Parts: sequence; structure tokens; C-alpha cells
Amino acid sequence: MVLGNYKNCVSARAADPSIRSASQDGGIVTQLFAFALEEGIIDGAVVAGQGDEPYNPEPVVATTVAELMEARGTRYTICPNMSMIKEATRSYGLDKVGIVGTPCQIQAIRKAQLYPMGMRSVGSKVALAIGIFCMENFSYQSLETMVEDLCNVKMESAAKMDIGKGKFSVYTSRGAVSQIPLKLTHKFEQPGCHVCLDYVANLADVSTGSVGSPDGWSTVFTRTKAGETIWGKAIEAGYFETKPIADVKPGLDLVTKLATEKITKNQKHLDERATFGVDKGLRNPYI
Amino acid sequence: MGLLSNLKKIFTGSKPEKSEASPEAVIVPEPVMVPESVTVPKVMPEEKPVVKPSDVKVEKKPEIQEMEEKPVAEKITIGHVHMSGCTGCLVSLADNYEGLFTLLDNYADLNYCLTLADVRDIPKMDVALVEGSVCINDPHSVEDIKKARRNATIVVALGSCAAYGNITRFARGGQWNQPQHENYVPIGDLINVDVYLPACPPSPESIKNVAVMAYLLLRGSDEQKELAAAYLKPLMDLAQRGTDACGCDLMFDVINQGLCMGCGTCVATCPVRAITMSYGKPNIDCDLCIKCGACYAQCPRSFFNFDVMNQFEAIGEAIDAAMGKGDE
Repeated sequence: MVLGNYKNCVSARAADPSIRSASQDGGIVTQLFAFALEEGIIDGAVVAGQGDEPYNPEPVVATTVAELMEARGTRYTICPNMSMIKEATRSYGLDKVGIVGTPCQIQAIRKAQLYPMGMRSVGSKVALAIGIFCMENFSYQSLETMVEDLCNVKMESAAKMDIGKGKFSVYTSRGAVSQIPLKLTHKFEQPGCHVCLDYVANLADVSTGSVGSPDGWSTVFTRTKAGETIWGKAIEAGYFETKPIADVKPGLDLVTKLATEKITKNQKHLDERATFGVDKGLRNPYI
Repeated sequence: MGLLSNLKKIFTGSKPEKSEASPEAVIVPEPVMVPESVTVPKVMPEEKPVVKPSDVKVEKKPEIQEMEEKPVAEKITIGHVHMSGCTGCLVSLADNYEGLFTLLDNYADLNYCLTLADVRDIPKMDVALVEGSVCINDPHSVEDIKKARRNATIVVALGSCAAYGNITRFARGGQWNQPQHENYVPIGDLINVDVYLPACPPSPESIKNVAVMAYLLLRGSDEQKELAAAYLKPLMDLAQRGTDACGCDLMFDVINQGLCMGCGTCVATCPVRAITMSYGKPNIDCDLCIKCGACYAQCPRSFFNFDVMNQFEAIGEAIDAAMGKGDE
């Protein structure tokens, strides 16, 4: 249950090497959106584009593969993709919108579909919601501190950042690697993440992340009918290389383990919030 | 209803018989109380799909044929009570287009509505959709809102004027200070309100969803009632939360409670673009804010009921099937 409802799970990577060249792991999001764009399944997608500052992304509506390519890679900070979802259906006039988001952003989409009070003509136009695995997120100032003060790397010289195997790693454009134990980053996590009960984007059409798959590959869950159909078409068209998840290491067990850890920890945090004061507590959004 | 039937003919042309069937059957759905009305839940095809997506697919086809003969006696009665508002919420209801006809054919009779139904006094009804705030200097309005409360089983504050006063109140929203602003109160200041549906205006889809859920709550099977109750609960909680709203709610009840994770939903929701994101948190221009409460209601961290949300696909399909989507 910590992994949500899903129809299928595989380990996969983009077949196109030019996508993988700058993607975070398997290039799943970029490749799937590129496929959906080419096939007319979506008219455009809300993705984390390049912002004004290095590693501070801004949501953009990508309507071409070139724009998608610009947005590859993970930036470990907040990118309010939901803020562009209505804009995509209005100013951009898209009828079929793709959107990528963290589990909380995917939750926001589903709420916008079931309780669409201020979301006129948005819900029915979300054609493909891709969720990414997420343990926690950092504000930009926090990320800056982690990278510049703890890792001693200037933001503008960082070529890639990665979280994995218990470490936060920054790779520079000149080939240096700077790492700190993940433990040191915990105090920088944004508080809103500590009440999150979703690790693998349980409500997405397709959710993906590196955990569970070998380096350069991603674990992919297909969850809804729409997600299953689009993924199936992409596989058929040869856009992805796949391996059965049971055949790869570390496999689904690690995903389950991390999901359980996150949800248990955050559920405990939620319970503590309820009795945080004397006969008073902090608000629980889930009741 | 006469005007509605004509509208329907104009829009759909080919299907006027259905609307003729409804007036005869309308005799039954008089002011039934909630618990009693439940007794005869005839198993209509549209009712079932709520359970599983698999059900929906199978039943979509038969539903169309049966709809012709099906007695519509089980419909609920809905009234639209117009207080001081701009009629935008009613337009939003009408903007369901064919969906509105499906609603009126299968689920609800509009038995009171100043612009669409020729009824002078507020009759008994299951659901009162109240639009607009109450002008307390107009005794007639005050009497009307009281009567609506007495005559309706469920009172829904349709839109932000009814829920929070919105632009009719001494809000800002770029308006000059005007003396008349002091005369309008949200309906919740005068009567108990059961369900809030804020936003300016609430989207057609949200009104449709609430109407279908109200139908299931009053006429559905036990399982459907449970779902509808779970669906409506957050909107009922919103009604208990108070009659004031502001973009500041995001600051006080979301960010300051350590709940905001910067998804940006509030930005997309705001009808006046008073919210922007800076460094992952909403920044609210309080002079532009019209106090409609949409941002807080739409925020995934104001309420997020997993029991409903986890079934988003099935519920979405069920509502689509109930509305005969795809058959138009």
C-alpha cells in the first residue's frame, strides 16, 4: 500500500541517447513527454524550466521537444508547476496538458479534478500527469547553503546534483565531486514535506524515480488507465528500453523500504503535531 | 421549467421527449425529508458506477436506452436562490451545457430559480444553491434567505459572495471605499450553511460534482451515501470554518502551520492574479485580493481526504458516466 495502486512496474531508460546525456537518471519524464508530444497525446507539458538563477527552476509550458530538453535533470528545490496549469489551458490554449510533479503536486492535480472550485476547464484537460519519487524538498536558500557552504561548490559551477546511497553529491563542470552525508541535509528540509504521506506519487498516471533501479535507469510505475495506455504505446514504438523490475538490483524492495520509512516517519510527525501544545495542536490537513 | 425545455430543444434538438417525461414525474419529489426519501432507491444504472471503474464501462451503453422510460420520480429538487451577486455562479451552473440537461433530466428538478424557473415564492426543496451575499438593508432579501434555510434540507453557499461576502463586502480587490459595502453580509452570518462551494465563480465542474454527490447522498444506496458524505465533508467543514476568507488564510493556516510545500495551486486558482510564487511560497497582494477564499479551498494542504482522493479515477469515471459524457 505504501506504493499506491499500480498496474505495472518496470525498470526503464530512454532509448534516445541524446535525451539521456543530460537527464537525471533514465530520462523517463523527458522521453515520455517527447513521445506524447509527437503522437499528439499532449499539446504541451508543464515542466521545470531554467530559471534566472542556477538550479532555481521556474515552471514553463514546453510545447516542443527542444523546450523539454532544456528542462532535463533534477533541481532539488521547489518548482511550483501547479501555478502554470491553468495558464497552460488559457494563454497557451492547450487542450491536452502534460504535467510533471512531486507527489504533493500530483495530489494537488487530483484535488483540482475532484474539487475544481477555482479550476474551471482544467481537470478534464490534464492528459498525462507524471509523478516523481520524492523524499523531501529544499527551499532555494537551503539548497544554496548546502551546495556553497557545505559542499564548497559555487552554484553556477555545479553541473549536476544527485541524492543517492545516503549522500548528497554535487558534480562540477570540471569533473570534481563533492559529497556530504544526507544526514547533514535534514535540517534544511522544508517543513511542509514532513507531513507528506506519499513517496512514489501514488496518484500520478505514471510515476518514476531512480530508486530501485541500477544507475542510469529508472523505476517506472503505471497507475491509471491513461498512464498504462500511453506507456504501452511508447514501449511499442520503441521509445524505452525496459527490464523487468524483478530482474534488477536493488529492485522493488528498496522502493518499498524507503516508502515505508518516509510514511512511518511523517505519520509519526503528524501524530506529534496533533498534541504539540497543551490541549492544542497544529493543523492536520488530512482530516 | 418551460423555458428550460425550450432551451433544451434549441440545444439538442433531437431529444425533447425526455424533458416532457419529467414534468409528470415531478409530482413525487415534494419536500421529502432526507431519511425517508431513501427508502425506495431504485437501482438506476447511473447510480452504480460510483463503486468501480469496471462497472462504469459495462453500464454506459444500457443506460442510454433505459433513460427514455425510466421514471424520474427519484429526482431531488434543487433551487437557486439569488441574493446580491452578479449571477456569475448561475452562469457557471449553466456552463455545464448539455451536462446541465443531463442533471435536470436524471437527477434534479430545478424548482426555484429567478431566471430559469417561473416560481415566485421559495418552495420546499432538497438543495438550495444560494448565490450572493445578503443586503441587510433590504428586508425582502433577509426574509428570503431565512425562508430558504427553513425550506431547504441542504443549503449550499454557491460561490464566494454567499460564503464570504467577496466583492460585495468591504473587501479591497482594487475597489474604492464605498458606503454600500457595509450593508452586505455572507449568508453564513444569518443562517446555518451546510456546504460551502467557494471561488468566484465556482467552476461548472465543481457545481456538477456537488450536485451529483447531493443526489447520491439523498437518493443513493448505502455505499453511494457513504461516498457522497465523504466527498462533501470537507466542504461542510469549510462551512463551519467561518464566514471570512482572504489570501492571508494561506499564510496563517497553511504556511505558518508548516504545511505549505510550494506546489503553486493557489497561484493558478486566484481569479484576480493576486498571488505569485517567490522562492517556493505564495506571495499575496492583499490590495488585489477580493477575499473569495478560492486559494485556501483549492490548496491541497487545506484539506486532502485520502479516502476520496485515492479513488480519483473511479469517481471521475463514475461522474462522467452519470453525466453521459461522450454520448453527446
